[in-house]
Amino acid sequence: MAPGTTAAGTAPGAPGPAPHAALEAQIDQWRGYVRRREAISAADVDEMEDHLRERVEDLRATGLDDDEAFLVAVKRMGTLDDLSREFAQEHSERLWKQLVLVGEQPTGRTRSWRELAVVLALAVATGAAVKTATTVLDEQTVALNVGLLVLPFLTAYLAWKRQVTARVVGALVVPFVVLGAVLNLYPFEPTGSTLVLAALSAPVTLWAVVGLAYVGGRWRSDPRRMDFARFTGELAVYYTLLALGGGVLLGLTAGVFSLADVDLEPYLENWILPLCVPGALVVAAWLVEAKQNVVENIAPVLTRVFTPLTLVMLLAVFVVLATAGNLAAVDRELLILMDAILVLVLCLLLYSVSARDPLAPPSFFDGLQVALVVAALAVDAVALTAMLTRIAEFGVSPNKAAALGLNLLLLVHLAWSAVLAVAFVRGRRPFADLVRWQTRYLPVYAAWAALVGVVFPPVFGFV
Amino acid sequence: MRIDKDLVAASATPLVLGILADGESYGYAILKRVDELSGGRMQWTDGMLYPLLHRLERLGYVEASWGTSDVGRRRKHYAITVAGREALVERQEQWGVVADALQQVWKTAQDGLAPPPRDAEGWA
Repeated sequence: MAPGTTAAGTAPGAPGPAPHAALEAQIDQWRGYVRRREAISAADVDEMEDHLRERVEDLRATGLDDDEAFLVAVKRMGTLDDLSREFAQEHSERLWKQLVLVGEQPTGRTRSWRELAVVLALAVATGAAVKTATTVLDEQTVALNVGLLVLPFLTAYLAWKRQVTARVVGALVVPFVVLGAVLNLYPFEPTGSTLVLAALSAPVTLWAVVGLAYVGGRWRSDPRRMDFARFTGELAVYYTLLALGGGVLLGLTAGVFSLADVDLEPYLENWILPLCVPGALVVAAWLVEAKQNVVENIAPVLTRVFTPLTLVMLLAVFVVLATAGNLAAVDRELLILMDAILVLVLCLLLYSVSARDPLAPPSFFDGLQVALVVAALAVDAVALTAMLTRIAEFGVSPNKAAALGLNLLLLVHLAWSAVLAVAFVRGRRPFADLVRWQTRYLPVYAAWAALVGVVFPPVFGFV
Repeated sequence: MRIDKDLVAASATPLVLGILADGESYGYAILKRVDELSGGRMQWTDGMLYPLLHRLERLGYVEASWGTSDVGRRRKHYAITVAGREALVERQEQWGVVADALQQVWKTAQDGLAPPPRDAEGWA
């Protein structure tokens, strides 16, 4: 420990608004720990969390403080290794060796088969919806509604899986209806940029609705939100894997067919792709639900590989931008590119945060992460200056306003993340603060997407 | 006095089934009941109760349902089934036999127990 640092982990200025904030953070960390065990499912963690909280409550009633009560309660819960061994014995189906949930055990079977049936039915329905839409509607309308065609089925699967209450079902249906009305009733100019913005922002807004279904309506819960962030990343990985596998399979089939002078391409374009590409999303979601721990092991590896690489990329970008001369003349695409870079950095940050052991001490990698975020902020500062000069010169357009707004949101997110990460590396704040900042901030993006999709078109006259 | 962990493990199933035979309950309440019944002398590792409950659920001895606690947390409740009651009766008979046999052994061994016979050491 460096001279001058206090033994206490928290800075004097660290906020502590809620009465049991520290306890809540500890319980969250514990959840994260337990959650990482392959053999212990999310529902089991819920069950044990309820137990832990009751135990803490009772211990506090005997005069222990939060910290002591938590320690005793966790100790009484048993070591994680023993616990997960015991769970693994009882729930061998959860271990990664069996890829699909249809297990050997007699009672879990009906539920697993039913789930498989539901998943396949929803996947087919998704494909059918997209296929019908591409047949009946013109391309632009389909592109505008793609989120509305695909995501209700994914939402339905998650809502079914979580057995949500009627109120939550209502909260899930309303956004789909509202957004459907907005997208299809607004008098958009056919080639206007507000149309493109609405089409781009709709899936983001709807993804928040998917999240609401994923967390079973308990949207206030930080750990659940983090679970949803993990789910999103894992879904992307699974979807990519499915797409790669499907691509190889189709390529081989097409090769053999062409030898026999049968052309697969018309079927591919008209049937296989419109049916399978959307349907695979539901299947991928099911796989994440069934086997999330497989990918949880990949996510940290991916972030560790790409964090240094992205840092190198950012430094190169910075050098190029700084030596480019007159930045006011750079292409307007730059703003969108900068947003893409910041989103990438943010995803890296989010996934390494979500996969990191919250109780582990700061390591070299955490320092690297801080460097990455700071480099991204530096690059963005240069680009943003250029953009503001451009906007001052040529005025505001819906595209610029949307991209600039997103840029500012990302900037705030990353800047405060950098502050918290530095404080963590210096031992001033617990890692949980950084985690909480991530989960608290995420809904802001959905709100901004809703704003861009719903408010921008009338404000800018649907151009 | 701490009870040997093998003995705790062996008695866990009939204890849990017996407690549930009294009425639906949930994990923490079951453990508290065990604590009361044994005067705090049967110490379970808290977490171990859940794999056991899940095993009983898999065997069809108990039924689980999700409810909410009075402060609004999700809570899994367990209720004994007909098969569970049958299993409980069977376990009771088994334990009756064991307890009976032990009683008789204690009685006959009463005299021999006080100073342990030296040649019994090899059996320990």
